[in-house]
Amino acid sequence: MAEEVKLMKGNEAIAHAAIRYGVDGYFGYPITPQSEIMETLMDEKPWETTGMVVLQAESEVSAINMVYGGAACGKRVMTSSSSPGISLKQEGISYMAGAELPALIVNVMRGGPGLGTIQPSQADYFQTVKGGGHGDYRLITLAPASVQEMADHVALGFDLAFKYNNPSMILADGIIGQMMEKVVLPEQKPRKTEEEIRKEQPWATLGKLRGHKPNIITSLELDAAVMEQNNIRFQQKYNQIEENEVIYEELLCDDAEYLIVAFGSTARISQATVEMARKEGIKVGLFRPVTLWPFPKKKLKAYSEKIKGILTVELNAGQMVEDVKLAVECKIPVNFYGRLGGIVPTPDEVLNELKKLL
Amino acid sequence: MNILEIIKPENLVYEKPRLMNDNPMHYCPGCSHGVVHKLIVEVIEEMGMEEKTIGVAPVGCAVFAYNYLDIDWQEAAHGRAPALATAIKRLNPDKMVFTYQGDGDLAAIGTAETIHACNRGENIVIVFVNNAIYGMTGGQMAPTTLLNMATATCPLGRNVELNGYPLKISDLLAQLEGTCLVTRQAVHTAAAVKKAKKMLRKAFENSMARKGTSIVEFVSTCASGWKMTPDQSNKWMVENMFPKYPLGDLKDI
Amino acid sequence: MKHEIIIAGFGGQGVLSMGKILAYSGLMEDKEVAWFPSYGPEQRGGTANVTVILSDDKISSPILLQFDIAIILNQPSLEKFESRVKSGGILIYDGNGITTPPTRKDIRIFHIDAMNTAVNEGNAKAFNMIVLGGMLKIEPMVTIESVMKGLKKSLPERHHKLLPMNEKAILRGMEIIKEI
Repeated sequence: MAEEVKLMKGNEAIAHAAIRYGVDGYFGYPITPQSEIMETLMDEKPWETTGMVVLQAESEVSAINMVYGGAACGKRVMTSSSSPGISLKQEGISYMAGAELPALIVNVMRGGPGLGTIQPSQADYFQTVKGGGHGDYRLITLAPASVQEMADHVALGFDLAFKYNNPSMILADGIIGQMMEKVVLPEQKPRKTEEEIRKEQPWATLGKLRGHKPNIITSLELDAAVMEQNNIRFQQKYNQIEENEVIYEELLCDDAEYLIVAFGSTARISQATVEMARKEGIKVGLFRPVTLWPFPKKKLKAYSEKIKGILTVELNAGQMVEDVKLAVECKIPVNFYGRLGGIVPTPDEVLNELKKLL
Repeated sequence: MNILEIIKPENLVYEKPRLMNDNPMHYCPGCSHGVVHKLIVEVIEEMGMEEKTIGVAPVGCAVFAYNYLDIDWQEAAHGRAPALATAIKRLNPDKMVFTYQGDGDLAAIGTAETIHACNRGENIVIVFVNNAIYGMTGGQMAPTTLLNMATATCPLGRNVELNGYPLKISDLLAQLEGTCLVTRQAVHTAAAVKKAKKMLRKAFENSMARKGTSIVEFVSTCASGWKMTPDQSNKWMVENMFPKYPLGDLKDI
Repeated sequence: MKHEIIIAGFGGQGVLSMGKILAYSGLMEDKEVAWFPSYGPEQRGGTANVTVILSDDKISSPILLQFDIAIILNQPSLEKFESRVKSGGILIYDGNGITTPPTRKDIRIFHIDAMNTAVNEGNAKAFNMIVLGGMLKIEPMVTIESVMKGLKKSLPERHHKLLPMNEKAILRGMEIIKEI
């Protein structure tokens, strides 16, 4: 039987998808515009059905460290927050990257800096894909552009996190989090049993069985020579992810002379721009990175051989545009259009900007 | 009597706990950590819980606790051990979970995590080693540093106007409804060690009986940080630390 | 077919829930739907608005410059959205709280006395359903059956006893809407 089509907010979809993925624990702290994630979980009471733990922590710092504790047991654990709260989580994210722990973090971005605004923004792009916390690490970053993808990226985020023992992040914004659309939820999967975890995550700290060596989860290594080797190993892993896990979506790119490059909600807005421009005879396509890290640089480079120019559209002062320019090695003009501080452009505004490129 | 006759099981009066490995400890002579470590694994062994125990190590002198005790460990960020332990225990209610934290970790940077884990009554044990100084980073002021006590960051002695008062965090934790056992112990004499072990065992048993959070504070020495010999530091602890941090049970229900 | 609608008024007038019911009604007819609200403190007594899009095809942008239909329930919303109705589009307003009525000549303007009707008939809570009914009279983008099915879907079971009252309100709205 086909799964039922439901209507829900992006934030709600994350919560439902988490339960259905068989997530073991959610730890969070309320912040607009993503509080519906924890509220929905509390409403659904998954502890009575799948046994999933849902806990409101005393702070974002504590929540991310609860995630660390759960992830170190090999459990499927997650947290969610919005920009200021994600800043607080950076310490924990860095530690998890350093301890090679898989987990899912959701950032429903709002405008900053500081306390900023609660309106939509994409100004945490740099923070997410260039580091955020200290040290040389990478965060697998997914940018959903629909409520369906909010649901789908829960599974994708966890699958990638566990494939590479690395945290991954869903980087959404207030629009995707707050809007309601149709969604088909995935089927309910059972939570992993302790036996399964011991087999699949032999590093998990679930109690040292007799005759086994203790499992120790740490990011600490005082011997610099060993620490360098650890870092080299991380980099090799990141290279593998860049090689294997790039995801992007193309719309009307085949015959395009120009591309709009945008992610998440701005990709949705730009899609309407492309439809309008095509009616006016402008040969423009939409290129949407779904993974922001790894960034689809090879594909963009290939496009730079055959198109005349790119307009990058973001809800920030120009962040992803730097990666676009690096990808095309500045061989073609790359323009940027962004709105700041929670203001969202309409498709018409983007069309005007596109015309400046022609 | 030759030596082989002496080494017979019936003559055994003391043995190293099986879960304590042979790695040389980095602790300074006279430090309390080694004894506290030993007590923990003795209790785990005696309870038969080695396969179910998960420890959370702090940032501080005990950061390498995982190098010495052969159980599963997680190394926490500074101060966050109670948050890790919360999730470990909630996700694995059948496990025995404890944190091992120093004064800076528990009572300065991790105050929020400590208080809220205790307030939720997490079924965990918090082992708190209070030596009134930051040992690992080279002897700086701790939240529990005594008044007029000199450290690298209060070289003229802790001064109320600048640094506030020594924090009696265990007294504070005893006020919380989530805690079931808050006790202050020391390991400077054989009798004290024996008593401390008894309370430590009770704390671990509480956690498995889901009675709430148990805190075992160890008033401890830091011979290096205090710039004393081990013997002097024990004496100094008795004369100066105990009046401020008196031994005994603050709460036991 | 595609309908791009903005519903705007004060928080507490049922603006968001009216949009939600419309979206659910679209879902009942297998349409593509998008519902995007203004959110945050605005929800609590300030101005609130919601964009609802019902479409036979996949919906691209939930953010729009212009709308086919604007449902306006207070003066600040009129000032914000009158100019953003597409030429030839529809503006529906409740005179209650509107001091300066809309003036555009290139759009169809309708007046619905929903708040007074709701209060006079002792059912202030059904205000937004009266407005919805009015809109469906002018632009029957979904059937009343679908609205009722959508309502059933979006309301918790304990509120299902309110369904007949809501249906009555929709029909009432269809009676009282007037073109200016």
